Amino acid sequence: MVDPTIGVGNIAGKAPLMGTEPRPATLSRMRILVTVKFVPDLQSQRSFTEGAVTRTGDDGTMNELDENAVEAALQLKEAAGEGEVYALTVGGDDAVAAVRKALQLGVDHAIHVSDAAIAGSDVFGTAKVIAAAVRKVHDEAPLDLVVTGMAALDGLTSMLPTALAAELDWSQLTLASGLTVEDGTATIVRHLPDAHETVAAPLPAVVSVTDEANKPRYPNFKLIMAARSKPVTTWTLADLGISPEAVGLGAARTVVVDASPRPPRENRVKVTDTGDAGTQLADFLIERGLA
Amino acid sequence: MSTVAVLVETRGGEATQPTHEAITLARTLGTPVAVWLGAAPDPAQNARLGIHGAAEVRVVPAADDARQPARAAAALAAATADADIVLMISTFVNKEIATRLALLTGAGVVVDAAGVELVDGRVETLQTVFAATWNVRTRIAAEKAIVAIRPNTTLASPAEETGAATTVVVDADLPEVSETIVAIEPVPAPEGVPLAEAPVVVSGGRGTNGDYTLVRELADVLGGAVGASRDATDEGWISHEHMVGQTGTTVTPALYVACGISGAVHHRGGMQASGTIVAVNIDPDAPIFEIADFGVVGDLGDVLPQAIARIHEHRAG
Repeated sequence: MVDPTIGVGNIAGKAPLMGTEPRPATLSRMRILVTVKFVPDLQSQRSFTEGAVTRTGDDGTMNELDENAVEAALQLKEAAGEGEVYALTVGGDDAVAAVRKALQLGVDHAIHVSDAAIAGSDVFGTAKVIAAAVRKVHDEAPLDLVVTGMAALDGLTSMLPTALAAELDWSQLTLASGLTVEDGTATIVRHLPDAHETVAAPLPAVVSVTDEANKPRYPNFKLIMAARSKPVTTWTLADLGISPEAVGLGAARTVVVDASPRPPRENRVKVTDTGDAGTQLADFLIERGLA
Repeated sequence: MSTVAVLVETRGGEATQPTHEAITLARTLGTPVAVWLGAAPDPAQNARLGIHGAAEVRVVPAADDARQPARAAAALAAATADADIVLMISTFVNKEIATRLALLTGAGVVVDAAGVELVDGRVETLQTVFAATWNVRTRIAAEKAIVAIRPNTTLASPAEETGAATTVVVDADLPEVSETIVAIEPVPAPEGVPLAEAPVVVSGGRGTNGDYTLVRELADVLGGAVGASRDATDEGWISHEHMVGQTGTTVTPALYVACGISGAVHHRGGMQASGTIVAVNIDPDAPIFEIADFGVVGDLGDVLPQAIARIHEHRAG
């Protein structure tokens, strides 16, 4: 089995070349955009409002799995020696908290796409908006990669990276537990239930990384202070040349028609073992026809 | 009756149990047609798909192309042009195929569904979200629907009228893709039922201290698969394939037994929709007890052997 590695100039199996190594002349600056999502905190009381996930600044945060994406991008930039990392989020006013968190972790630039017409978009509408924003950054100076998390811990659909790669017509390298970039090619290792695949593709590419890929850093005091004064670029649909009808609830192919909390389990039993709890457990299973 | 296509999931050349569940479900929505990507199945496979109701088995000779989402989606699109609904099993790979297929056909997609039904001629799905604490009903507004369904959410059953399961070979033009699969290292199939499909899952966490003997023994006695928490796979006590949780395998067995697992939200999200939940933990304040139908505060080394002995005794009559 190949160890998960993030690095530049490293092919799976060889030691990764990290930031402390001298930078090979062949490497250019790495320009990476990371998508981050604003989601309700996992520990909070999560809920739905009018068919959409309730997202408020009070108990919201950057999707935890996006920390792995930010970490992967930062490691690649550090290994290359120079470059830029952009964090991009789409959402209402509160969503800016997601890119603020990315700034605290050390990304260079933050972009917040916000427009009332985006509300209610399905994954294809969201991919359209993100793709337009990626192209706008890419047109200023070419990007090497877009890095995403493996899923958002609210919806968990994992569809966005694929939809985004298709929308951009870039290479798709998803569910990477290891990622290396060399000579214009990105190579990932992906752990599927039946096989471990090594997949390579030319840049630019959309890469999604799993929580096996790395251990995200914590923001330090210096970065937290610095993040406060860093500007966040805000774009609307008009800035991206997208008509409001192309996205949002009206264009969505799927609509949530009902959402309700599941009733709590009833008649729960909790016993403390005083010598016969194993027998009680077995009897419970036998009574329910489960053993 | 409209055509409902089901993407067949195979393992070792055989259609998996979740495939038969999906074909059973497809019968409630229209006429089931199985789509098989790869070398043509042997007659026994056709027969079993027919028993569950498949009218046709459409074979797209695609070999390893099926590993690339864009190519698999193109193969599937060629085989399902007449289908209003395409069902598949909700796996990470199939979610990618579903996304690509939707972009080819304009279909609406729901993944991780626990149920599908037709309401006023539209497809509606049921899912659980937020670590299975909420139920959500989604309507697919597009003309075509793609639904990725979780294993263990429909009971596979023979159709009243056996389907003909006629083999139809479909030619497909597969697109060139920029990604190259450089290497494929097969993962040995776990013994017994795969985790996602198992009717019973017995999982071990930090409380096992790395010793899975009792967890395996209880799983064997109950006819279940062995799962693990993230803590345990991170420690290297058991391989990642066993991890139950939001970033590992999501399971919905009839019975879930959590041994020495505290029940962090990431773990609960992967098992909270299970039928009956049993937890054994030395810590009375472990959050797993909040969702356990039967909880035991106690030592695994005392509780599990006693439970196993009692089950054996009960069976011996």
